[in-house]
Amino acid sequence: MKPFIVNTIILILGCWLSSALAEGTAPTMPSSTSSTSTNVQTAENIAPLLTALTKAKLSKSAKILVQLEQTGGTAMLPLFEQMLNGKLYYQRADAQIIYQVKDSNDTKQYFDIFSKAPLGALDSSLVKKIRVNSKLRTHLKNTIARIQLNHGNDEERLHAVIKLTEKLTQASIDELSAALKTEVNGKVREAIEKAIALYQLQTSEDTPSKLIAIAALSGSLDSKVRNALLKLVEKNSEGKYIEKDRKVRVAVQAELKRIDGRIKIFGFIEKMFFGLSAGSVLLLAAIGLAITFGVMGVFNMAHGEMIMIGAYTTYGVQLLMPNFMEYSLFVAIPAAFLVAGIVGMIIEATVIRHLHGRPLETLLATFGISLILQQAVRSFISATNRPVVTPEWMSGSLEINPIFSLTYNRIYILIFSLIVFFLLLTILKKTALGLHVRAVSQNRAMAKSLGIRTAWVDSMTFALGSGIAGVAGVALSQITNVGPNMGQDYIIGSFMVVVFGGVGNLFGTLVGAFSLGIANKFLEPATGAVLANILVLVFIILFIQRRPKGLFPQKGRAAD
Amino acid sequence: MQIKRESLLQGAILGSPICRRFLLILGVSTVIASLCNLLFPPESFFHVSTFSITLMGKYLCYALLALSVDVIWGYCGILSLGHGAFFSLGGYAMGMYLMRQIGERGVYGHPTLPDFMVFLDWDALPWYWMGMDNFGFAMLMALVVPGILAFVFGWLAFRSRVTGVYLSIITQALTYALMLAFFRNEMGFGGNNGMTDFKDILGFDLQSDTTRVVLFATTAFMLGLAYICSHYIMSSRFGKLIVCVRDAETRTRFMGYKTERFKVWLFVYSALLAAIAGALFVPQVGIINPGEFHPLNSIEVVVWVAVGGRGTLYGAIIGAILVNFAKTRFTAIMPEGWLFGLGALFVVVTVFFPEGIAGYMKKIRAKFKKKSDVDDNQNSTDNKLKLAQERT
Repeated sequence: MKPFIVNTIILILGCWLSSALAEGTAPTMPSSTSSTSTNVQTAENIAPLLTALTKAKLSKSAKILVQLEQTGGTAMLPLFEQMLNGKLYYQRADAQIIYQVKDSNDTKQYFDIFSKAPLGALDSSLVKKIRVNSKLRTHLKNTIARIQLNHGNDEERLHAVIKLTEKLTQASIDELSAALKTEVNGKVREAIEKAIALYQLQTSEDTPSKLIAIAALSGSLDSKVRNALLKLVEKNSEGKYIEKDRKVRVAVQAELKRIDGRIKIFGFIEKMFFGLSAGSVLLLAAIGLAITFGVMGVFNMAHGEMIMIGAYTTYGVQLLMPNFMEYSLFVAIPAAFLVAGIVGMIIEATVIRHLHGRPLETLLATFGISLILQQAVRSFISATNRPVVTPEWMSGSLEINPIFSLTYNRIYILIFSLIVFFLLLTILKKTALGLHVRAVSQNRAMAKSLGIRTAWVDSMTFALGSGIAGVAGVALSQITNVGPNMGQDYIIGSFMVVVFGGVGNLFGTLVGAFSLGIANKFLEPATGAVLANILVLVFIILFIQRRPKGLFPQKGRAAD
Repeated sequence: MQIKRESLLQGAILGSPICRRFLLILGVSTVIASLCNLLFPPESFFHVSTFSITLMGKYLCYALLALSVDVIWGYCGILSLGHGAFFSLGGYAMGMYLMRQIGERGVYGHPTLPDFMVFLDWDALPWYWMGMDNFGFAMLMALVVPGILAFVFGWLAFRSRVTGVYLSIITQALTYALMLAFFRNEMGFGGNNGMTDFKDILGFDLQSDTTRVVLFATTAFMLGLAYICSHYIMSSRFGKLIVCVRDAETRTRFMGYKTERFKVWLFVYSALLAAIAGALFVPQVGIINPGEFHPLNSIEVVVWVAVGGRGTLYGAIIGAILVNFAKTRFTAIMPEGWLFGLGALFVVVTVFFPEGIAGYMKKIRAKFKKKSDVDDNQNSTDNKLKLAQERT
């Protein structure tokens, strides 16, 4: 039975390899690495090498790896990668090379290295690990970079160049120069040229080539470039410049100045982005409050707990659909809206309605509700934070240059907050409910006498505001801890935003949220996070002195 | 003039049976509890343990704090969610004095610097610690600092006519900001850990029974004094105006009164009461840390007042003692349940018993006696009128 499987695998492998090679022999065929690998590459040549790899000692492995690279080329990439990760195994019985993956239950699953065919959970006595040491790891890293440099797609090639740039040697420069000749992608070419220039800057002795290198590196924000430049203007222990030629030093100084200037600009943009991101969080948290506070004059102290409910709904949705994590948020958003909205409606019907016209009592009662909700989560779910999974598409970051990158989750939340904002604005401006809500917020008594069911509007408004808080909870679950106390962090901040922007004015909330977020982030480096918070609070307190109705006060009779 | 004021004071106290009754109960129970602790041996049936004495002292501090909130909320309609700030500032001033009294007995044995400063490698006392080893000066600071804060804050807030929910949240933000500030080590108040390990006060050992009893009795005395003062203020012309401000501020203003001035002074008075409560609280519990500034603490005070019945001075005190007694028992039996209980208390009291225990008792009394002898002056304000005013 076993030999049959092996044969089949080799057969499949052979077919797959030959097809891979047919693609691989395109114009980007490497010159230096595969200069010796012009011999016929077939599965028969690889099989013995693989067997040898399973039997070889550590010191001999490198040689086999070189041969494998020459014979197999790109097809060997998964093998090298798994070996680098230390997940490469082989079956004792037939030397079939496999790799190990731990699934969500922490059990070890094995797969064939080439066909990726699952082999299930094998007993640990049946498999043996193919060992690596640090020397082999370096070798593997270089090999992978080399293969990718020559065979990979645009992104992989760029990645390979960056990998090679980390530790430049004459050998890698040779390879890069060779690759440059056939490289067609502009970005990759640029990266290779930079790497070569950097190497020149570090090693060459004569002035002109150094100056050329500096010119070639101009404007680069890579920290390696900056360090290399700084080295050229360093003084030795006797106070003399290590670099003797003044021309070079002047060029380096000018270049360093330019680089520092750019770093400053990007630092500013980064701060701006963090500010906008903090502002988007504030906006999401405050926008629901702006509606309930603006329309009903009710300050809902349990608003933070609505956010918490939204976040826990996300957690619950992810528990219910563990296999569809990527889509869980799209389910969680409407779910959180409904759950928080219904809870809000219940609170409105049972408590707030009975305290109509007594805003301070409402404040206290909703505070009591927030205590109950928090304790309920602590008692019935857990007092500790719950893990909420971030889907793949939201993790990672958008790298714009070496010193400036934006995390995807913050970008998405910024966009999401704006979508929610404009959606809400549309609801308020374009729908019948919105019309009624605006009417009640401007003059309750008049609206009532014109036949608007104010009690129903109150109920709907509260549900809408709470539901939006729930949606905010979904977004916040992606960037903060989901725990029973999470709502408390937002209540004062949201209130500040609403008051700063002006009660009953959604645009005010938008402006208020972003300006407070940005102000906070710009203060932070100078004063520290805590003091920045305090300063913003003090500023708001003073601001209310000047303009008690906020930035954009509501006009008309309702304003008193 | 002096004589006239005195007679007015006497009249205010003796003329009010509730006030008399309250002072009598407070005085008698304090004396009995103190004597039972000092005279009877621990194994005696009548012995009151020092732990209970301290616990009662703590309750009385809370009662004083509740009184301070009641003065502005119940009588002037200013819902402060940040009175914990004044309480804590008073406590911190007392803590600084007690800290300086430790002297060389600290862990590091430094003659002037408190332990946490030695730990942070500071080489001299910051300027604001100067003179805090003098009891009189420290107590003055315990009043002056919260007083000035209350004045500045009140002046800014009331002058620009910040009222209602806005004011409540700003007071909450105030205490929240102070909490964040006091958590910082750089502030020089012990950061996260605050101040503790106090040894003695005015040369008396803080652990001894006698000191504890004296502290308890002092608290009771201060509470009684604060009660008399508040009662006097509320039955004066100033107090009447305060109630006018609560019920119809705009109308009062139109009649030519500078309402913001009344509010500022009442706010400062209330802050001073809270500060005294804080200063008395610290030597009895033996610790002060930034957690005291937490907004939750301040809001809890409001619920004590609400339970007891706002707008009645004795109601606030009854509420504070009852809720805290319940809290002590509850947290011992089922710690998880307490927050449910507290939360439910907020909802139930505001929805069903807006006038609290005092209002409920008054109703019952009115049922028994056709002629109600409601005399605790301003509490008789017609609630319906108030509601009607707020509705518009």
